[in-house]
Amino acid sequence: MASLQHSQAIKGAKVLMVGAGGIGCELLKTLALSDFQDIHIIDMDTIEVSNLNRQFLFRQSHVGQSKAKVARDAVLRFRPHISITPYHANAKDSNFNVDFFKQFNVVLNGLDNLDARRHVNRLCLAAEVPLVESGTTGFLGQVTVHVKGKTECYECQPKPAPKTYPVCTITSTPSKFVHCVVWAKDLLFAKLFGDKNQDNDLNVRSNDAARSSEHAGDAFEWSGNEDLEQYGRGIYDHVFGYNIELALSNEETWKNRNKPRPIYCRDVLPNRMTQQNGNVDITDDLSSASAMASLGLKNPQDIWCLMENTKVFLEALKLFFTNRRKEIGNLSFDKDDQLAVEFVTAAANIRAASFNIPSHSLFEAKGIAGNIVHAVATTNAIVAGLIVIEAIKVLKKDTESYRMTYCLEHPSKKMLLMPVEPFEPNKSCCVCSKTPLSLEINTHRSKLRDFVEKIVKAKLGMNSPLIMHATALLYEIGDDLEENEIANYTANLEKVLSELPPPVTDGTVLTVEDLQQEFTCNIHIKHREEFDEEKEPDGMVLSGWTQAPSEKKDDKTSIGNGASTSKSLPTKLGITEIDIEVKEISGGTVSPGTKRKLSEFSDGSTVDQSSDVDQTRNNKKTQKHDDDGGLVMLDHWDSNMSKKQRSP
Amino acid sequence: MDGEELTEQETALYDRQIRVWGADAQRRLSKSHILVHGMKGTITEFCKNIVLAGVGSLTLVDDRAVTEEALSANFLMPPDENACSGKTLAELCRDSLNEFNPMVRVSVEKGDLASFGVEFFDKFDVVVISFCSLATKKLINERCRKLSKRVSFYTVDCRDCCGEIFVDLQKYNYAKKRQDGTTECELQYPSFQEAISVPWRSLPRKVSKLYLAMRVIERFEEDEGRKPGEICIEDLPAVLKLKKELCEAQSLNESHIPNALLERLVMGAREFPPVCAIIGGILGQEVIKAISGKGDPLKNFFFFDSVDGKGIIEDISDPRPKG
Repeated sequence: MASLQHSQAIKGAKVLMVGAGGIGCELLKTLALSDFQDIHIIDMDTIEVSNLNRQFLFRQSHVGQSKAKVARDAVLRFRPHISITPYHANAKDSNFNVDFFKQFNVVLNGLDNLDARRHVNRLCLAAEVPLVESGTTGFLGQVTVHVKGKTECYECQPKPAPKTYPVCTITSTPSKFVHCVVWAKDLLFAKLFGDKNQDNDLNVRSNDAARSSEHAGDAFEWSGNEDLEQYGRGIYDHVFGYNIELALSNEETWKNRNKPRPIYCRDVLPNRMTQQNGNVDITDDLSSASAMASLGLKNPQDIWCLMENTKVFLEALKLFFTNRRKEIGNLSFDKDDQLAVEFVTAAANIRAASFNIPSHSLFEAKGIAGNIVHAVATTNAIVAGLIVIEAIKVLKKDTESYRMTYCLEHPSKKMLLMPVEPFEPNKSCCVCSKTPLSLEINTHRSKLRDFVEKIVKAKLGMNSPLIMHATALLYEIGDDLEENEIANYTANLEKVLSELPPPVTDGTVLTVEDLQQEFTCNIHIKHREEFDEEKEPDGMVLSGWTQAPSEKKDDKTSIGNGASTSKSLPTKLGITEIDIEVKEISGGTVSPGTKRKLSEFSDGSTVDQSSDVDQTRNNKKTQKHDDDGGLVMLDHWDSNMSKKQRSP
Repeated sequence: MDGEELTEQETALYDRQIRVWGADAQRRLSKSHILVHGMKGTITEFCKNIVLAGVGSLTLVDDRAVTEEALSANFLMPPDENACSGKTLAELCRDSLNEFNPMVRVSVEKGDLASFGVEFFDKFDVVVISFCSLATKKLINERCRKLSKRVSFYTVDCRDCCGEIFVDLQKYNYAKKRQDGTTECELQYPSFQEAISVPWRSLPRKVSKLYLAMRVIERFEEDEGRKPGEICIEDLPAVLKLKKELCEAQSLNESHIPNALLERLVMGAREFPPVCAIIGGILGQEVIKAISGKGDPLKNFFFFDSVDGKGIIEDISDPRPKG
């Protein structure tokens, strides 16, 4: 019966899928089996080995190929007569504009990052095409429906900024392993192997008293003929020994903290390493060089002792210089780069030892450093099934029966799959309700560049913004600009707001627009002199985009059983923002006011201390009241999602 | 813990899921042996999930020849019927599943499930059957229970946009982990026969209507000597009559089993692919939990109906156990 009813709506539908990864593979299969005939699919990614445990349309032999194209070919094997159009491209490319979106009856997201989700949300709003949005993490998942004017849009609940850490926590006072990983990855690794011109907060004293006179220059510069182990030991002593001594000399810092202990290489490893592995230094494939392999360490789940970490540190450093010298200066951390992961793990563990923080295995450190989100096939399959069910309702315009559905790990009111009626659009949403925002900023000190980076791109998620003050254009990104325009805008970026032509001062209203997203936003500028460095590290505060009032549709939610507190809760659950296999995670949306509800909801029903999933929920829950929850823009924010906590 | 470590290849392939359930669980999975019967949409989904998860072996039982219906709901089969000639459903699915994960042995066992003796089931840790008659469900369940080791037993059925899973883990001990610590738990599961014998009057008042409706359909097919799913709209009057009789015998108000629901189940013998994905996913998770010992297993029925969208667990066991 179901199929009869549905068949008309399904057969005539033209569907756009964004993402051909974990959810995407399952979704494409289920759409095809459900008789969808015309499916377009966008994914910029290529296939990797770690995808194969769940992205079942892909095989070992496909590694390196386009996900969208391979997925299409695989599905056509069992459904040869349907039409699947793949795009191996970024969904944010300018050819995927509003007109492109308008040709579809529904858009289905299987994405892994906030940025792309926001982008697709805006295009769907502009094109007036319904969107079914989804996400999974471990056994948790969700599916939501967004139809302009009828339900809330993806951005009606403000998304929290990515998790970042105050600079001083990373550089001076780490208290958790994740802080050590961020330090090892974003500071030490970047300093040694990355772009030398990048700003870097790693403490480096050029008049390095701790080192012998021949290293009077930059301690991190390799002279080219220095013995590599010697050089490695010098760096080691500098960052784990000398820098810690220096930090200890500032007694104020340690009044209420445990003092770290300096670690010097000679104390851990008095003898040179060369003897131990001197014979086989050269590997066949230079790019696959591994310190673990040359040291005979096999299991990535093992926790290394300080001496092993020291050896890995020195060996990895040496291998970078012997086998991959050409890349030095251009390297950025990549979770799939074994040697980089080895180096970062060892460095993070040595730093952790200094600060009396428990050490972690390479497997765990890799998860933290790479923001790896756990993923299993089953949850993706379930979520894909739920997406298709909602898509069919959307196609049938069965508005009353739209549901957002949560996949839970532990049942709530006997439910593992919990449907909830969608919320109405948030009237203060700056995206779908065009509500103006206000920005407190020091107009005499902040440059236009700060405004563009921290607000327009980071907070508003615009890719090609255009900034106007009344009718005057202050800034624009686009392909078709004249040279003098570019010069003009580039000059503007470096000016403080109050010195722009025309000046932006207290009371100014700026219009910010992204033409591709067809998204415009008015921002009222309020001048403010001082900002709290820890609490307001951006040096500016955007407001006006707030949680919708909580009375919405309470009486109609489909969770039975009267307890009013639980009704508006699911959207605010930590899992609203789950991303799969992520480079960047959008984090949870737990606002302070809903903490109680969340804990009520998760009801102690989780926490397998040794399981990452539960840790995820814990972390999401604590994300907002983390004691070091200040926001500082490091290049990569680090989720503590994959962290395992050792039981004491 | 057994000392064997995962190979480098396994660690790389299973990286993301080891982050979910841990390396110990992955090792246990890789040593487990699963038997399934009834290669339709839901079981196909389930097989995909556990082959990807990396179980040790999977044995398929289904001697039916390929039909158009089987083709339409199964992503494991090539559409070309010529490619299917002479092969059974199980054999075609095996060929396809083997490609999914070279580390899992997928094989076929020919014959009628009901004819396999008790010792046959001793080779397995998990037995999942689908599209079996009431008698076969009871029979296989009892055979699994006769063995000295625990064989986890599951039945699964999808009709229209509804699905049902039944779980029998016999006596199952596990560490229940909560925010405030771990407690050792023991769950005592009833057999399928015991569960469905629980008087309807003593069930919770809000018990899933689908539970009751599925018992009516199951009973109807059994009484009429039909194959599972061999039912159509013409049978509805007889099904409604049976419902009335059963409700009277159980002194349950007939309104607990809506006619509209029975009508859907009678008409929708064909599976609805999104529901197959959902039920096959939940079933996969439950089997992984039972093998790995991680997570709270569901006891003992699960229901999903895409009309209301709820996925509900029902515990249907005799409140007064014998002895």
